[in-house]
Parts: sequence; structure tokens; C-alpha cells
Amino acid sequence: MKAPRSLRAREGLIFERSSPGRIGYQLPALAVPPVDPRATLPAGLLRGEIDGMPEVSEVDVVRHFTRMSKWNYSVDEGLYPLGSCTMKYNPRINEELARLAGLAQLHPLQPEDQVQGALALMWELEQALIAVTGMARVTLQPAAGAHGELTGMLMIRKALAERGEHRRVVLIPDSAHGTNPASAVFAGFEVVEVASTSAGTLDLATIARHLESGEVAALMATVPNTLGVFEPEIVKVAAMLHERGAFLYMDGANLNAFVGLAYPGKMGADALHINLHKTFSTPHGGGGPGAGPVAVSEALVPYLPVPMVEKAGERFTLATDRPKTIGKVRGFYGNFGMLLRALVYIRSLGRDGLRHMAEGAVLNANYIRKRLEADYHLQYTGASLHEVVFDDSYQAAAGVKNVDIAKRLLDYGFHPPTMSFPLIVHGALMIEPTESDGVDELDAFVSAMREIAREAREEPDLVKGAPYGTPVRRLDEVRAARQPVVRWQAGKA
Amino acid sequence: MAQPTDRMYTKTHEWVQVAGTEATVGITQYAQEQLGDVVFVELPPAGKQATRGGVLGNIESVKAVSEVFAPLAGEVVAANGELETHPELVNQDPYGKGWLVRLKASGAPADLMDAAAYERFLAEEGAH
Amino acid sequence: MHRYLAGEDDRRRMLAAIGCASVDELFASIPAAVRCGELPLAPARSEEEVRREFWALAGRNIAPECTASFLGAGVYRHTTPAVADALLQRGEFFTAYTPYQPEVSQGTLQAIFEFQTFVCQLSGMEVANASLYDGATAVVEAVLMAHRIQPDRPRVVVAGSLHPDYRAVLETYCRPQGLTVVAVPWADDGGVDAAALVAALDSRACCLVVQSPNVLGVVEDLPALGEAARRAGALAIQAVAEATSLGLLAPGGAFGYDVVCGEAQAFGLPAAFGGPHLGFFATRQAHMRQLPGRLVGETADADGARGYVLTLATREQHIRRARATSNICTNHGLMALAATIVLSLLGRKGVREVALASHATAEYLKAGIRARGSGRRARLAFPDTPTYDEFLVLHDDADGLLARLKDELILGGVSTSRLGGGLPRGFLVAATEHNTREECDRLLDALRRLA
Repeated sequence: MKAPRSLRAREGLIFERSSPGRIGYQLPALAVPPVDPRATLPAGLLRGEIDGMPEVSEVDVVRHFTRMSKWNYSVDEGLYPLGSCTMKYNPRINEELARLAGLAQLHPLQPEDQVQGALALMWELEQALIAVTGMARVTLQPAAGAHGELTGMLMIRKALAERGEHRRVVLIPDSAHGTNPASAVFAGFEVVEVASTSAGTLDLATIARHLESGEVAALMATVPNTLGVFEPEIVKVAAMLHERGAFLYMDGANLNAFVGLAYPGKMGADALHINLHKTFSTPHGGGGPGAGPVAVSEALVPYLPVPMVEKAGERFTLATDRPKTIGKVRGFYGNFGMLLRALVYIRSLGRDGLRHMAEGAVLNANYIRKRLEADYHLQYTGASLHEVVFDDSYQAAAGVKNVDIAKRLLDYGFHPPTMSFPLIVHGALMIEPTESDGVDELDAFVSAMREIAREAREEPDLVKGAPYGTPVRRLDEVRAARQPVVRWQAGKA
Repeated sequence: MAQPTDRMYTKTHEWVQVAGTEATVGITQYAQEQLGDVVFVELPPAGKQATRGGVLGNIESVKAVSEVFAPLAGEVVAANGELETHPELVNQDPYGKGWLVRLKASGAPADLMDAAAYERFLAEEGAH
Repeated sequence: MHRYLAGEDDRRRMLAAIGCASVDELFASIPAAVRCGELPLAPARSEEEVRREFWALAGRNIAPECTASFLGAGVYRHTTPAVADALLQRGEFFTAYTPYQPEVSQGTLQAIFEFQTFVCQLSGMEVANASLYDGATAVVEAVLMAHRIQPDRPRVVVAGSLHPDYRAVLETYCRPQGLTVVAVPWADDGGVDAAALVAALDSRACCLVVQSPNVLGVVEDLPALGEAARRAGALAIQAVAEATSLGLLAPGGAFGYDVVCGEAQAFGLPAAFGGPHLGFFATRQAHMRQLPGRLVGETADADGARGYVLTLATREQHIRRARATSNICTNHGLMALAATIVLSLLGRKGVREVALASHATAEYLKAGIRARGSGRRARLAFPDTPTYDEFLVLHDDADGLLARLKDELILGGVSTSRLGGGLPRGFLVAATEHNTREECDRLLDALRRLA
């Protein structure tokens, strides 16, 4: 793969492209009187031009970022089977409508009568998410799933405080995503980790034992769990919690597995975050922005963040008079640009399309499971929904680990699955294909995985030295951590 | 692998070497292998009081962080300052230059194993 | 089927390979008790139908770009070069994931490294992260970091002129941590009351948060406030809501602050009715291991070529879980890329020119309002205090006045009644290089007639 390497060799940092006198912009000539800032601002608070900022032309910038873009793999290019991330197609109509005049530049502090369309949009999205989840109401404020988790846990904390209770403990299964315990701690709780059963599911006996202390505020569960397996006893777990005055928080990262088929509301969830950048197609953007609306049961409605969009007749308002609210969890109202995209998607798929989406996701995952189960070890063999977790134990005999398999997959032109998560599977390879891909793309992925399995048996060193064909070879993460260099500086090579 | 016999071992894979009232603590060969390349070591300041079984510090690799537990109670006399610039010493020489902390013992250690017992313990844990 | 999904034949072939008669069999593990029926939603709509719905929604709003708009209070309209969106729409950027596999994510990783560099340059600090959600949560992360560094000090001293949304969010996060937020009032000149500040900064204070320019538009005496914090042993945090101000005003990094953080939306990112925006966070080298959020570092590959990776990940939730420096996972990567592109285009000269032009435009408006005499109903709240590109105009019926201005297609400012926080009655006027002289004259003329 010569071409990417030569591009890679030719493109440095934007600061390294800098050449004195180049400019990349033009402002209109100043029509108001120019001001000498020394006359209007204290001299000691001023600065001049900032050393090290680049001077580049518009062409430089286009070349620079265009070349950089070619070093990235993306959903547009091919299957991106990252378990737990739901890397589905990001429709372009979402992008077009997010940029509409009358939506893109609305200022959040314009008076309500000037933004009725925006408020209507938020209201419609809330209604759609209620329709999809069977919950009572939805806050659109959180900017991401983890942010939603924190919001949900803060509401639970407040609900308990209103009852005069200050329960300290949140139960979290050992298969949970790391944001769950981190969010619980940020919400002021202590985390007690609960070991999963031998089937990788929630252990009711252990949960029951913990509940006896009266200190448990909530259990945080992912459904289906992080192995892609539906929690068979979730209704019972919810009942156990409710009986003790505790709450069920549901991590909605895996919602793509059952939209249109099941209702978290019926499972007994009290709060559920929805990752719009997963289930509802808003783009991942190289690390966000996302959105993590939180749907709640009636019990938690009083504690929702303010403001909430309310409808009276044909008028929409931003209601802030909610006496038991937990307050605000971010500036303004939510990642409106992502909320908009998600609503476009929901409209585009419609009631049947959303169900077909979940069906497609589950079908694709099961197809891959079937075609790879001879070559890769499956620790937990319960029925898979939208993702399947293999591990590297067959390959480990030759010293080939999951990270090596992942790096070799890059040479075959695929993004690897999620690695080393959940923690209860050693050497995990979590594959979530999503519904976006047809059988041809899945077959190509399966072929690559099987070929790598063969290589691991017959040429393990080849796999261990991968990747060979990517814009850069395997990177030294140890060096990056031991000697962190986190910015460019002039005069340093 | 034969563990050095001039010291004792804990179930959490620390070693401790006592000389008079001072005890030197480090992590074992097995521990550093499990961790992978060490990138950062967080050690307590001199004067800090450690309790037996309490967290003495943290050792970080790229993908993991592990707590180091004090095998006995005591006051921290010194921490291995070389590890700040050369954390890899923990991997290269865990029983020598990769030592972590020196304590002035104020209590007796407990649940320690000698080299042979630790070797058996490792074998039972299984190479997983 | 649907154009976003595979087809009937794909399904048939896969079902055959699995040995299932229908997809329903694959959901056997989901019990009947939790099943839902047909979703109460409309059927799938074509693009044309969806377009019409959203055009209609857009049409029910007043778009600021169709008016002379002087809205600020945390969200600012500056010029956005055409190139920015063209590059952002490349699928390689916006449909990529978090760069966990660095070998196929160098585009994203290098862009973040450049963003981190720009943030360090603007803030005068040594280390910056890969972005946070917004200015409000950036301030929160700074305060929580200060408390991790000084866990025995449970008080957080903030200037009362911190954006009310930032303060509200801070209170939400501080409550469960047992932290008390203490606000210091502003003095008659709109800056922090220095005497009250020193009194509040006792040995229980882990940090001081001061916003400059503050919510009233006033430029604070950062060096003096930072010194007061230092003397009390508290970490000094500067919050920035209008990031282009850093093109003209020296940042906290020049005055020994521990953190400079806030909102970078002002660098040409869309207002988007409040989000997604761009939280930024910069601190000293000494605090690097307490940094929240993702961090990109430079390294080399197996052939010795320079490359970039996510680093110091042991701070983060996926490794340190309950003891992580933050719970943040998905951040605002694409917004950081957008800002990086805009900052690259503006560069050394442009960052300063935008700031000077914005400042000059605001000064022109202030001069016009001042010239009408201070006895008028609409008058400058702090006529002699330095401001950057935003200032407070006192008026006892700001909402009524702004409504009349809107009828003339002028969005004259943000009424302080919309903000809370005990701000004086009136409206905040923000002017940037985006506002023309003609627009400014229209506002001044309308104020003469209507205020």
C-alpha cells in the first residue's frame, strides 16, 4: 500500500506548514473606528500575537486536513464492528437538515416566541423517545451516555433524599462499562461490584443479599448485557429493587438490539439513557459530540433537570418551575444539533423501519457468530442479540492475543472489534456489526477473521507484527505514556 | 521461576525485605509480567503512615492500574525516586533497582509466605 | 425494506446459514412480558417528506442571520470560513469513531493533537485535553480536579459574575460531592469585589473560579485575583465563555493560574440552539495526571515514523472505573476538529484581528450609547470599566424594548431576566466582527427612538 505511506510521509502538523506572511482568511475592512486596545483596556491585561500560531493559506488548510482524513478508517468506508458502539450508517439527510437556516444558528437565549420551531422539535423528539421506550418522560439535556448516567443517578439520589433516605450504595455488575461506576461515584455514591453468574448474567442471589442492608440506592444494568445477551431475570430484578425502595438504572447503550420489539418501561427501568450517537445514527465524529437523553419512569419525573419543553395548546415553553428538579447538568438545553439529527432518523425509518433496524442488527450479529464460532472461542454461549463476544484463547496457544488479531484485521481493511471489554472475558473481541451491512460485507469480514485464525496457527509472528499496510505501523503506547508529549512546541523536533 | 529467598511475599504479589526496623517493599516478577510495561509509579511521600493491607501506591501500565498494598504498618521513610524517570526499572529489576518504598515498621507483618510457599501459591493460581 | 438496511435476499441467506426460519426466532430470549406492540409512530417517510417537516419547523423560528443580531451571554456569532464545514463533512472525519485503533485513526488523532496545541497557545498553559462538552461542564471538571488535588478543602469560591448556567451546573455537581459553592458579589464597577473575595478565600477553599470577561462583559483583574487565590492556598481557575477574547487579552496561564477552561464555540461554531458546543480545558504539567478527559500524545511507530495515540488512559473511566478523574467517555471531538480548522485558517494574525475587530465594534456601540447621556432609560451599566465585546445596558423593561427591536429585525441583546443569577435589569449586548457598521447604526438609531 504505497500511496498512503507517501502521503503520510509528506504531511506534518499544521504548525509545521506555517510560512510567514501566508493568510487563510479575510475579514471585511473595518467600518467602525479602529480602537487601540491600550486606550480601552489595562495594558497589563493585553497580549500581542500568539507565538507558534500558524500562518497558512486556505489551500494549505484544505490540503492538510484532506490528507489527514485519508489516514482514517470510517463507517462510510466499511464495516466497523466495534462492540457496544453501534457504528451504523450516518445518513446524509440528517446533516443537510441540521444545517438549515432557521435551525443551525438559533441562539438559545432568544425569547420563546422566536424559537417555537426548535421547541416543537425537542417536544417531538421527546414524544418519539417515549414511543420507543415506553417510559414516562425524557430529558434531552445530557450530552453523552455517561452524562446521562450521571443525570439519572442524581435523580435517584434526589428521589431518595426526598424520602429522607441517604442510601450510599450502587450495585454494578462486573461486566459493566467503566462509565457506570465512574458516573455513580460522581453522583456521590459508593460502588459495590456484583460478580456475574457463570452465564454472564445478573446474579439474583447476590443482589438479594446486598439489598438486605437497606443501603442500596440502585442497580445499574445494561440490557442486553455487555455480552449481547438479554438479561433473563430483568423484570424480577426490577421487582426486587422496587420492593426495597431501590431503583433500576438501565444503561441504554445496547438499545439497538430491541427497538420496536421490547420496552425498557416494561422491564421496570426507572431511568434509562439513550445514546443517540449509537441507536439513532447521529455521527460519532471521531469522539463525539453525541447526546444521551434520559427516559424516566413516573417515580423520577419530578426530579428531571430544568428546563423541560412543555406544550400548552399549540405553544411550546421552556418550563423551569419544577420544584424538585436536580437542576441543570449542562449549559442551555441539550445538544440540539444531535437531537435534530436523531429525529430526522426516526422519521426516516418510521415504526416498521425501527423494528427492522433491530431485527437486522440481531440477524447480522448471529450470522457472524455462526460463521466464526469454529475459529474463535466463545466463553458465554447464551443467545446473542446484537453483539457477540469472542475471545483469543484458541490463538493464545501460539502467543497471539486479541490485540494482535485486531492489528492484523487492519491489514485486511476492516476496523477491529472492541477489545478487552467486558472485563469478565479475558482477551475479549466484541463484535457488533449493526444492521447497516449486507451479507457481502459480513462475508468479507468473516473471511478475513478466518484467514487471521489460520495465520495465528501457521504464522503467528506475522500476526504479532501487524499491521503492515496502514498509514502507520503499530504505535509505541508505552513511550507515549512514559514521556508524554501532548502539544507541539516551536523549536522542538 | 525461583523466587529470591532473602525476602517474604504477599498474596497480592508484593515482596518485603526486613532489615532491623526497616522494611523494603516491591512487587514480584509475576506482578510486573502481568502488568506489562510500567509507565508510571505513584508512591507515597516520606512521613506518610501506612496501615497493614492499606494502599501504599499505584503502578500503571498503558492499559491497567494496580494498587500496591503495604505488607505491614509503618511510616514511609523513602520512596524510590528513580522510578519517576525510569519506571521501567520495575519491569527490568523488580527485586533490586525496582524497589518501591522503604518503611519504618511500626507493626508486625501477617499472612506472609516464604519463597517456596509463594512459588506454590503461584502454581495454584494457575497460569491464566 | 429500507435504504439504510440490508435487503430481503440478505436476510434469507443469513437466516438459512444460521438455521432459523424467521428473525423472530432470534428474539426468543426476550420474554413476552416486556414485548411492545407496533410502535406508536408514523411509518417511514421519504427524504422529501422529512425535508418538508423540518423546513416547516425551521420556518417557525426567527433565524438570527436574517436580522441584525447582538446576542451573546455564552454563545457568540463570529465568522465561519466556508472551508470549515466543507472539511467537516468528509465522512472520514465525521463517521469515524474515537481513535482507539490509532493505526487507522491518525487523521483524528493528529487533529486532536493540533487542537490541544491551539488550546495551550490560547490559554498560556502546558497541557490541554481533547475537549469536554461545554463551558459549564468544563468549569465543573476544573473544580472537581481542584478538589481531588486538595481533598481536605471543601469550599469552592466563585465570582458571582460567573455565567449563571455555569454556576447552576456547578451546584448540581458539587452537592453530591459535599462541596459548598460560595459566590462573591461584584463591585459597583462590575468586577469582583476584592475585599469580599479575600474574606471568602479561607483555608477551606480548594479553588477560586473567576470568569473573564465575566457574564456582565467586564474584564477582570486576573493577576490580582490569581494572587489572592494563591495566598489562600487555593487553585486559581479562569473560566472563559467568549474564547476569541484570548486573541487580545492575556490568559490565566500568563498569571500563574492552575486551570484555564471554558467554551470555545465562539471560534466559528454554530450556535445550534445551545449545543453541541465545545468545552476546553488546559492546566499545568504538574496536574497532568489529574486531567479529566481524553489526551492525545506523540509517539513513534515500529518503523520510527511519528504518530499519535490516546495516552495516560489510566486516568479514564474505562480503566480506572470508579476512581477515574472523570466519567466522560464520548466528548466533542468533531467540534474540536471544527475549531482546529477555523484556528488554522485564522492563524496568528487572524486570531488577533478577529478580537480587535470585535472589540472595536463593541466599543463603537458603547460610544454611541454613552453619547446619548446617562440619564436615558437605556444606559451603560459600567461605563468606565473595560469590556471586550460584550456589555450590559441597564433598562427597566428590557423584554419590552427587545420585542420592539425584534419587530425592526434587530435582536438587540439578551435580557438578563433570561439568565437568572441576580443580574441587574437590562440586556447584554454582544458585538463581533460579524456585525457590520450598518447593523450597529441601526441598533443605535432604534435605541434612540425606542429605549
